Amino acid sequence: MKTIFAYFKNYKWQSLFGPLFKLLEATFELLVPFIVGLIVDRGLGANVDGGYPNADLGYIVGMCGVLALFGVFGFLFSVIAQYFAARAATGVSADLRRDLFRKIQSLSYKDLDTLGYSTMLTRMTSDIDKLQSGINLALRLFLRSPFIVFGAMITACIIDPNSFGIFAIAIVLLAIVVYAVMFACMPLYKKTQEKLDKVVLSTRENLTGVRVIRAFCGEEREEKLFTKRNEELTKGRKFVGAIASITNPLTYALVNFAIIVLLWTGAIRVDGGTLSQGNVIALYNLMGQILIELIKLANLIVTVTKAAACGGRVSAVLQTTPSLQTVDGAVKKADAPFILFDGVGMQYLEGAEPALKGISFTAERGQTIGVIGGTGSGKTTLVNLLPHFYNASEGGVYIDGQSVQTASLQTWLRERIAIVPQKAVLFKGTLKENLLWGDSEATDERLWEALVLARADSFVREKGGLEIPVEQGGKNFSGGQKQRLTIARALVRNPEILILDDSSSALDYATDAELRQNIRTLNTTTFIVSQRASSVMHADKIIVLDDGVAVGTGTHEELMQSCEVYREIYFSQYGEGGETV
Amino acid sequence: MKKAKKKGVLARILQYVGKYPFALIGSILFSLVSVGATLFIPVFFGDAIDCIVEAGKVDFDGLKGLFIKTGAFVLLSALCQWLAGLCNNKISCQVVRDLRADAFAKISKLPLKYIDSHPHGDTVSRVIADADQFSDGLLMGFTQFFTGVVTILGTLAFMLFTNPKIGLAVVVLTPLSIFIARFVATHTHKFFVEQTGTRGEQTAFVEEAISGLKTTQAFAHEDENQEKFDEINKRLEKASLKATFYSSLTNPSTRVINNLVYAVVALIGALDVARGVTVFGAVFTVGGLTKFLSYTNQYTKPFNEISGVITELKSAFACASRIFELIDEEEEVLDKGKRELGEVNGEVSLQNVYFSYAPNRKLIEDLSVYAPKGTRVAIVGRTGSGKTTLINLLMRFYDVDGGAVCVDGHDVRTVTRPSLRKNFGMVLQETWLKSGTVKENLRLGNEQATDEEIIRASKATRAHGFIQRMEKGYDTPLSEEGGNLSEGQKQLLCITRVMLRLPPMLILDEATSSIDTRTELKISEAFGKLMEGRTTFIVAHRLSTVMHADMILVMENGKVVEQGKHNELLQKGGAYATLYNGQFS
Repeated sequence: MKTIFAYFKNYKWQSLFGPLFKLLEATFELLVPFIVGLIVDRGLGANVDGGYPNADLGYIVGMCGVLALFGVFGFLFSVIAQYFAARAATGVSADLRRDLFRKIQSLSYKDLDTLGYSTMLTRMTSDIDKLQSGINLALRLFLRSPFIVFGAMITACIIDPNSFGIFAIAIVLLAIVVYAVMFACMPLYKKTQEKLDKVVLSTRENLTGVRVIRAFCGEEREEKLFTKRNEELTKGRKFVGAIASITNPLTYALVNFAIIVLLWTGAIRVDGGTLSQGNVIALYNLMGQILIELIKLANLIVTVTKAAACGGRVSAVLQTTPSLQTVDGAVKKADAPFILFDGVGMQYLEGAEPALKGISFTAERGQTIGVIGGTGSGKTTLVNLLPHFYNASEGGVYIDGQSVQTASLQTWLRERIAIVPQKAVLFKGTLKENLLWGDSEATDERLWEALVLARADSFVREKGGLEIPVEQGGKNFSGGQKQRLTIARALVRNPEILILDDSSSALDYATDAELRQNIRTLNTTTFIVSQRASSVMHADKIIVLDDGVAVGTGTHEELMQSCEVYREIYFSQYGEGGETV
Repeated sequence: MKKAKKKGVLARILQYVGKYPFALIGSILFSLVSVGATLFIPVFFGDAIDCIVEAGKVDFDGLKGLFIKTGAFVLLSALCQWLAGLCNNKISCQVVRDLRADAFAKISKLPLKYIDSHPHGDTVSRVIADADQFSDGLLMGFTQFFTGVVTILGTLAFMLFTNPKIGLAVVVLTPLSIFIARFVATHTHKFFVEQTGTRGEQTAFVEEAISGLKTTQAFAHEDENQEKFDEINKRLEKASLKATFYSSLTNPSTRVINNLVYAVVALIGALDVARGVTVFGAVFTVGGLTKFLSYTNQYTKPFNEISGVITELKSAFACASRIFELIDEEEEVLDKGKRELGEVNGEVSLQNVYFSYAPNRKLIEDLSVYAPKGTRVAIVGRTGSGKTTLINLLMRFYDVDGGAVCVDGHDVRTVTRPSLRKNFGMVLQETWLKSGTVKENLRLGNEQATDEEIIRASKATRAHGFIQRMEKGYDTPLSEEGGNLSEGQKQLLCITRVMLRLPPMLILDEATSSIDTRTELKISEAFGKLMEGRTTFIVAHRLSTVMHADMILVMENGKVVEQGKHNELLQKGGAYATLYNGQFS
């Protein structure tokens, strides 16, 4: 929760003035009984034979005017208080959302895979919403309620010091009830939010996987699963709601029994002549005021407890340290090649089968490096180590002799390396906006150049040029079109290192070949990851991976001579006699 | 028009609430008893104070009796209050559950056109955030609205009975506060709508940003995303501030009215006392005035609450109408009354089919294809030529605009969708796995599949190896969208899924695009067995997969430009020959 409180710093005046003006308003409220007392005592004068011959009508009217004035001032202060509270609450949650989003964006590939997407979405939306209403209410009432409660107690002590014990015991008991309910509910609210995550998951999956679910007629089963999760959520909420709803009746009963005790002891002392009837009435009213305030507080507690549970979930994400760590001032190796993989091993999870083992190779500027291997042989892992998306578990990856873990190298890595991932992802907006991801300052000509290179110019022109809209996930383009657009996006950057991670799998051979031809003219250091021998056979160096081990490194001709796996791959595509199958 | 719509929302909410008549009656009954008992308690305490006059004049026996009565009433009131709370809690939780269930059921009935064209995040936000806010509003409405009304009526009766003149003054003045509350509520409604709308927009953006995060990081585009996010966030903050602040005005403004009422009551009352006015034959005393003032307080308090509730309900309504909007979306043409297709032979024909996603962008025009049972049909063509669309039509994800798609001579629009889809096995290029274990994902193909069958199928597709190497083998949980697997591994799982099913017709859309050719070669035997006797539609770029097909369709711009066998087409030297030769250039 500490993390959340830090966010009030930017709104310290609002957070201070909100409750302060609320207190001023409350003070007026506490003054009202005194004014009424004055009206009775001074305005009416002495009671003579059941009548009030000395009543000062002018005074009565004046004091009633003061009451009305109090009302108006109370209104003004309260409006100011509400504004400050709303300002602080919406401000704090907007800042939280901003930082949460930034944090989520900074998480590493590994963190993302383990944390899951749906829960991020709930934390970003539902949790922060609940937090916002909690803060808003808390700023308005959290100071006011104790102020009125203790104010009433002190007033009671002034009227009759002997009543202190009863008030003190009553307040302690009430506090115990309120806190007990709060502590019982807090973990439960957290649990229900986790159940809500599951409901979000079901909802999301049924949108993203709609084709597969329907193709397998899984609608009914999915609905059953959703019903189960929905039911669990409802059960959890009902349970915690039932506990929370005890607060109000319990405080109500407690206060009224306190009043009975108060009246009973009062009666004894009135009988003994140490207390007047008027004092008893005043004490009764004060206890009543505490009750009204506590009922408000009890409602508040529910909201605040929920908010606190949600706040905990939000700060949990904010406190995650991205697992990807950088190193300051690593030593630079002299006379190193442009790119060096030095005995690189990679293990995603401890205890799991390593994805890469002892990979070593070098690459010079302008070279084309082919990476080929079977499904799950570690090709993607290998190229993902170059831009430092993961930390190598063993050995090191060096660019110009500097480890990619070096902190000062990170910006260069992200800006000068362009990677085209397996899964073509485009974002909602226009095509131009998507292409500008590569380089936000690129001119239209530059964009067209990239489109031409990526062989995407003709269909883009056909569809209407750079300003055509891209729907969410690029759904209005076919798989092959998306791949070419993502390649164009990477080329816009004019990168020093270009990584094509099996990014032409949806392209026909003709387009794929043209594309590779175009890229070769750029003189960029290029990594081509593919399963097609035809995609890598012209590379300066081919790395053949099998189960995470480099079983061969060399040119096509060399590998055809020396590498069994490579030969197998080649022949599976071209047939034994070099003839196509 | 707008008003009619709003009324519709209320009526529909009541419909949902009406499903729980016992809880509803319980809530009303317990609230009534609780409020009734609560109203008596000040009277008892007032009488008790009358028993404590002065030294030596205290009626202890009277006090005892009164306190026993008070205690009993307090307990009764507290108990009923708790029970009413339970009822309300139950209603609000279950109504939201029902709403979510209906919204979800709708999602599974929506046409793909809707799902493809609406941001998923916005839909998620409706089912999650909006439903939650609605639930909060409903609960508050129930607990406070009803008790508030009863309290007002009860206190009012007492005041009119004790001093009609002051009572009337109160009755005349307090509607002012309702008036103000209404005024504020109507004017804040638009801010609430703005708030919910912006929130939906933000959720949609976040959803997209999170699922595309790897790309974002690869392009170091975090700052630009952050900027865009901040812009929406700023708007949301503003809208939220307006909605929160203006709605919170209700409370102070009704309170100022109430305070004025309090002053008026004090004025009239004090003057009455001063002049010794008699009401219903009794002198109006200081004690009477004090009681009256405390009742005024009790009377005006629910007004505050009710006006607070009204604003809460407003925002709840805004949320509810967004959920209803989703629930009201037009469904796919119903399957009701349509025939079950049963097991088919697998004869497929497309007759003069016309189709386009948007009316102004023509795609497929006058397409006719005939595939007898057991044929292998390969569809090739440049990207974007309409191959995937053909699959959308075969599976009836979309309906044709003109012409017909027939299976065994039945127009697919005349049979139920599930019975049609059960006859198809589909492997798509865009793999999709659900969160769950490997086994659960494979069972998607066939729920009844035994463990042995699953392992046999996995061995055939060469997925067994990597599955076994995973932490818990077949029981390893996959993260959302199979994030911890490579594309190729995902594809192998998708193929295994279909292997477990063995339907009469197959659709393979780039089914092996991410699988290396060595593995592909190894699983080709299993694939061959799978395709034997089954009508198969293969979309592929690897022409090695295509050349053994019984019929090759070459598509270009939504039309079949060439049709025939590999050798025929190659000799023809047309579009197919160009594609094929391009492979080895």
